[in-house]
Amino acid sequence: MTALWLAIGFWLAAWAVNVWLAGSRLSRTGPGRALVPLLFGATVLVLWEGLVRGLGVAPVILPAPSVIAAKIAVELPTLWQDFAQTILKGAIPGFLIGAGAAFLTAIAIDRSPFLQRGLLPVGNFVAALPIVGLAPILVMWFGFDWQSKAAVVVVMVFFPILVNMVAGLQASERMQRDLMATWGASYWQGLFKLRLPAAMPFLFNGLKIASTLALIGAIVAEFFGSPVYGMGFRISTEVGRLGLDMVWATIAVAALAGSAFYGLITLIERGVTFWHPSQRH
Amino acid sequence: MKDGVSQPVIEAKGVNLVFQTADGPVQALKDVNLTVNRGDFVSFIGPSGCGKTTFLRAIAALEHPTGGTLTVNGMSPDEARRKRAYGYVFQAAGLYPWRTIAGNIRLPLEIMGFSKAEQDERTERVLDLVELKGFGKKFPWQLSGGMQQRASIARALAFDADILLMDEPFGALDEIVRDRLNEEVLKLWARTGKTIGFVTHSIPEAVYLSTKIVVMSPRPGRITDVIDSPLPKDRPLDIRDSREFIEIAHRVREGLRAGHHED
Repeated sequence: MTALWLAIGFWLAAWAVNVWLAGSRLSRTGPGRALVPLLFGATVLVLWEGLVRGLGVAPVILPAPSVIAAKIAVELPTLWQDFAQTILKGAIPGFLIGAGAAFLTAIAIDRSPFLQRGLLPVGNFVAALPIVGLAPILVMWFGFDWQSKAAVVVVMVFFPILVNMVAGLQASERMQRDLMATWGASYWQGLFKLRLPAAMPFLFNGLKIASTLALIGAIVAEFFGSPVYGMGFRISTEVGRLGLDMVWATIAVAALAGSAFYGLITLIERGVTFWHPSQRH
Repeated sequence: MKDGVSQPVIEAKGVNLVFQTADGPVQALKDVNLTVNRGDFVSFIGPSGCGKTTFLRAIAALEHPTGGTLTVNGMSPDEARRKRAYGYVFQAAGLYPWRTIAGNIRLPLEIMGFSKAEQDERTERVLDLVELKGFGKKFPWQLSGGMQQRASIARALAFDADILLMDEPFGALDEIVRDRLNEEVLKLWARTGKTIGFVTHSIPEAVYLSTKIVVMSPRPGRITDVIDSPLPKDRPLDIRDSREFIEIAHRVREGLRAGHHED
């Protein structure tokens, strides 16, 4: 029971420190601003640890963070192998192929009203297919290895990026397009010098939404057949063996990978769309 | 520009333009006849809906007449546009926010295939012309509205088209900035000898700037009066208090009122 009281004591103390931090001059400095969420995260972990220990929660229901951390330390080679299989081979290539295809399709659609009427509804239809139905089919088609996972990711990320990119290509103002016309610009000049730059904020919205979808797709697809490694495989088999600490360890890796991926896209976005009102500081 | 020798740059004969809208056809221009000579400064003035902007856009081949003939430098407006016969300045600056001021001015030059060295040289020159020297590296959103509009004029000047079309370029600016920019436009016109088409709904602006004032009226858009200004080419701001100026302004006002009565 002492663990629980210690944890609650830490929570209250951290709370007080955060309140003080938010009001103090330190909160306007870089490290001060980083300290508040760090302290909050630490509090969640300490409280979690204290609750699990203090109340004697069964490890199958909720393992303590220390147990999960220990598991991560021990199983690092396995976790790395799973990460490489699911993220590096499944999610990222699938994301890149899907994003590239959506980008090119958006330009084709924009160029031709016929495709706009034909392709968008088809894309919409594919996006409406449930992933749990689609994944087994793609596993049958492309085999158990990462190729089928990448294919699922392609299908999942394609539509949100396509819709955003099509909207983005129409985002330039009429006056800006008229200017291009008065300069006698060709279609491609107008595309590269005006419409693509103007579409970038939209594209990055699509990419950010798709980044989380890519992770989900790659993991869930492994439930329907995979080699004997991969994050989805690990989760489904360890659940069956009640190895919940390993499930949590895998989830921790997935959360870190997802945040890093999202953060990377946000960073690139800031560089590319620095001119957009949402990015000007 | 030789005195006495009139070289028509823009010729409109019986130009009609009908827009097909959801509420049926709208006659934006009806039977417009006009000749603009080389070096003229022509203002188009009238209430909204009189077709002044539509006519300017038709000259720039951004709209297409549904009847009559319209020629620019003896060609169709589309051909003239492909030969880069005009620079167009819109109501808002319309600068591309991802490009610096210099980058924006360089944009038409890139599209028209000028060499890198010439792009730099021309950009420097027009930045100087509109008194924005030293602002080339700024982004549009870091500049005031007046400076942005000056940059957009520089952009229209950069490729040295013979014709400069300006659609209420200073409409969104305050009176003081507007006065200064009007003076600058006059200086620019004197220095470059370009033919300028200028849409406005300000009577003093039209009279102050123009050698020819085209008064238009709405529903359907048509020309009700064309006034050749007797004012000298050199115009200080206080010319606006002279008798001739007031007389011309009076005639413009009468023309606008007459058009209004016919509604």
